[in-house]
Amino acid sequence: MERLIERWQDKIGEVTLGSKKTIKIGGETGIYFIDGEDRCPNPPCVAMEVWDMEPEAWPEALKSNFGKALKTPGDWVKMCVDKFSADLICLRLASTHPDTKNASCEEAGKTLEKVMKSVSVPLIVIGSSAIEKDNEVLAHCANVAKGENCLFGIATQANYKTLTAACLSAGHAIISEAPIDINIAKQLNILICDMQFPADKIVIHHATGALGYGLEYTYSIMERTRLAGLSGDRMLSMPMMSFVGQEAWRTKEAKTGLLDTGILWEIATATACLNSGADILVMNHPKAVEETKKAINKLTL
Amino acid sequence: MFIIGERINGMFKDVARAIKEKDKSVIHDLALKQVSCGANALDVNVGPASASPKEAMEWLVKTIEDVTDISLAIDTTKQDVMELGLSLCKSKPIINSVNANEEKMKALFGLAKKYKASIIGLTMDKSGIPKDSEGRMELAMKIVASCVEYGIDIAGLYLDAVILPVNVAQPHVKEVLKTIRDSKLLAEPSPKTVLGLSNISQGSPAEYKSLINRTFLTMAIANGLDAAILDVTDKELMDSLITAELLMEKQLYCNSYLEAYRKK
Repeated sequence: MERLIERWQDKIGEVTLGSKKTIKIGGETGIYFIDGEDRCPNPPCVAMEVWDMEPEAWPEALKSNFGKALKTPGDWVKMCVDKFSADLICLRLASTHPDTKNASCEEAGKTLEKVMKSVSVPLIVIGSSAIEKDNEVLAHCANVAKGENCLFGIATQANYKTLTAACLSAGHAIISEAPIDINIAKQLNILICDMQFPADKIVIHHATGALGYGLEYTYSIMERTRLAGLSGDRMLSMPMMSFVGQEAWRTKEAKTGLLDTGILWEIATATACLNSGADILVMNHPKAVEETKKAINKLTL
Repeated sequence: MFIIGERINGMFKDVARAIKEKDKSVIHDLALKQVSCGANALDVNVGPASASPKEAMEWLVKTIEDVTDISLAIDTTKQDVMELGLSLCKSKPIINSVNANEEKMKALFGLAKKYKASIIGLTMDKSGIPKDSEGRMELAMKIVASCVEYGIDIAGLYLDAVILPVNVAQPHVKEVLKTIRDSKLLAEPSPKTVLGLSNISQGSPAEYKSLINRTFLTMAIANGLDAAILDVTDKELMDSLITAELLMEKQLYCNSYLEAYRKK
């Protein structure tokens, strides 16, 4: 029987991240991992999440992997890259939140500088989810990292202008996020592009849901986005990313279960996101990272 | 929707004059404007009054191709003019048009194969345009059967159910819509459907032409129309087209859907 191979009219855009060491994501001309159809030029990659302060709420099963390094972002990122083979680092500027340490823009900028000195892999830089503070902090940090071609986030429909302008002037890529709503995702990309921001510097994030906590919605919206992108919808043909770790380790199963439960939860969530088209997975546990990278290698062979 | 811009036609006075005086700038402007408004192909017709249609066709095609590589729909009833036009096209050309006459099909399907052209097939023959959908379907079937016989890929066939001006042939409108619907059943994969849209408002008052065109286009899209030869510079018409396609789920909704479509 003849195998029918789907031919798509368009391809997903390619985004290059980093300066010293660069990573290309996207560029898919078919659906991932379908034998004969997936001519994906750039395999999906894994970023490890690092905070600019010790993440007190993290469960012990997660914290214990990093020891003292949790207190020094420069050491923590080195450990993630050298010991745990992270492809990228995702720096979360959690200390800038008014409800935590309310660290200043300058302090955040200094942390970022230290991180940039410690590792040469591309960086993802995200704020603390305090909208107004993020606008100040991220605009400052975008300038500090000017020319480093980082991926900054997170732009939402309600708050995208400041970050877009900052990324545009400092030459960074941007994360465009919609709340599991494909129509808003498309709209936001149009709004960002309307500010003369290049479409090949946008990475889509559909708010991730962990296994048992909305993963199926994330999966189907990511799949629909990828199919629309491959079918010629230029405003949805960007690479995608998933914040897997933060969602998996937020679940009660991961927090209260045996050591392995959280790891398995993170792997299961990551694998589902991979299959629905994620190009970057932001992850937390070294063991989950290791297993997910193995899965990527097997699938892209 | 595959959009063929209708403006480069010798029936329009500016084009007729440009051909006569070899004024390239008029044609360059019309070609570029239609492309920027969203045309996927441009119709090229030297007009009925041309003294030497071959020479005019050659000049038109070459002049258009000075500024764009877009597909051209060579629009003529004369076979030698058709072949000359097709032979000059840089991108995949379209034959506009063939009808259900045996001799016509034989000659033009040969050209379609030679120049790898798509074909617009009119559901009419020597006895004219059938008055109802059944008559049109009979001719559509003849064209499809002929395509198969000559080894023409059905995916490159656009059936045109021939819309007549509403001011003289009102009952035809419903018949054309039904033909568009039914054409999909003729083969697998099904032939595509096309309309020469502006014909519906021929003879109607100028102030109503655009309204009639866009209302009918919306209805045709709802019935599955795949392509149209139309005035792509008519913004309201294009807005209606994009909206109708959106409602038919050809595009994902977002608030700026008009802009999103035009950015494609």
